[in-house]
Amino acid sequence: MRCSYARRLSGLFAAAMVVVFASEAFAHEYRVRDLAIDHPWTRSTPPTAKTAAGYMTLTNNDSVDDRLIAVRTPAAKTAELHRSEQKDGVMQMRRQENGIPIPAGSSVELAPGGYHIMMTDLSAPFVRGKDVPLTLVFEKAGEVAVELRVEAPTGGQMHGPGH
Amino acid sequence: MSRKNLALVSLLAAVALVIVAGIVSWRLDLAPEHNNASPAGMGVINAAPVGGPFELVDHTGTTVTDRRYAGKYLLVFFGFTFCPDICPTELTKIAETMDLLGADSAMVQPLFITVDPQRDTVPVLADYVTHFHPALVGLSGTSKQIQDVAKAYKVYFARAGADDSADYLMNHSAFIYLMGPDGANLKLFSPRATAEQMATVIRAQLRPAS
Repeated sequence: MRCSYARRLSGLFAAAMVVVFASEAFAHEYRVRDLAIDHPWTRSTPPTAKTAAGYMTLTNNDSVDDRLIAVRTPAAKTAELHRSEQKDGVMQMRRQENGIPIPAGSSVELAPGGYHIMMTDLSAPFVRGKDVPLTLVFEKAGEVAVELRVEAPTGGQMHGPGH
Repeated sequence: MSRKNLALVSLLAAVALVIVAGIVSWRLDLAPEHNNASPAGMGVINAAPVGGPFELVDHTGTTVTDRRYAGKYLLVFFGFTFCPDICPTELTKIAETMDLLGADSAMVQPLFITVDPQRDTVPVLADYVTHFHPALVGLSGTSKQIQDVAKAYKVYFARAGADDSADYLMNHSAFIYLMGPDGANLKLFSPRATAEQMATVIRAQLRPAS
């Protein structure tokens, strides 16, 4: 009796661990020093699209503040840090001249309707299966090369904007 | 299995369950709007006196008026194809809403009206709207026609920045308008509304509870 109880429990433990790891398997993550860059992604674009936006979650595990100050990509003529803000029902996109602050011990989301990397004059349309190379430049942590996963237009929407 | 091992395995299982429970609740926290059972939750705004007749050109090059869509529910969004963040996000949401509605989507016509007719010509719009959903219709027109329809829908739009660059952005109202078959506005959806909420609200309009 006791033995089968133990076996059942250990089976449950194994199943629980599978759930934990499987739920993370779809994301991809990068690290540079104490900064984690989680699941950088962008949307596939129409063939003649001129612009696209890149999204990700930045987590600063260090005890000092950091800042995303610049981005570079060979996939577009320009890549800038922007933020969409709604004011009295009007959407405005503002260039973040001072970069995107990532305070010590906190996470900042680049997500639809908020902070994003704006890419203009794409050298080719973004298509699924062809990740977009991007270099992130942080004030303290330095540079790191990542790839934006190209998702279908519906991709990433499960989180919704506004967080 | 010894008593000691049993205790250890039990402890490990308990720890694992706590971890899973923690992760699940964290994930749910990330998407509070999905747990909001209220169909008229965050992002759904009551009817406003907006809308009216228009004459525009659709993405196939055909001149159309509001009469073309009479009898259908309309989902109207104003934007521009150069828009990197908000417009693809909202159009994706409209596409998801159509898919969630399933067969009911036959009653709904989504319209994307450009506020940037200078760059959003018929071929550009055709390429753009078909990327999002086969039912989505793109509408452009002369500057006067766009100004008129924007005025009717009380849509604000303005070119951002003062430079003469061709790569300009536009500030614009980011609501999605739900119009009834008679042309009256039924609801507004802000960017906070999810596709699930929009589909629920539209279904309630299509099939009012008796």
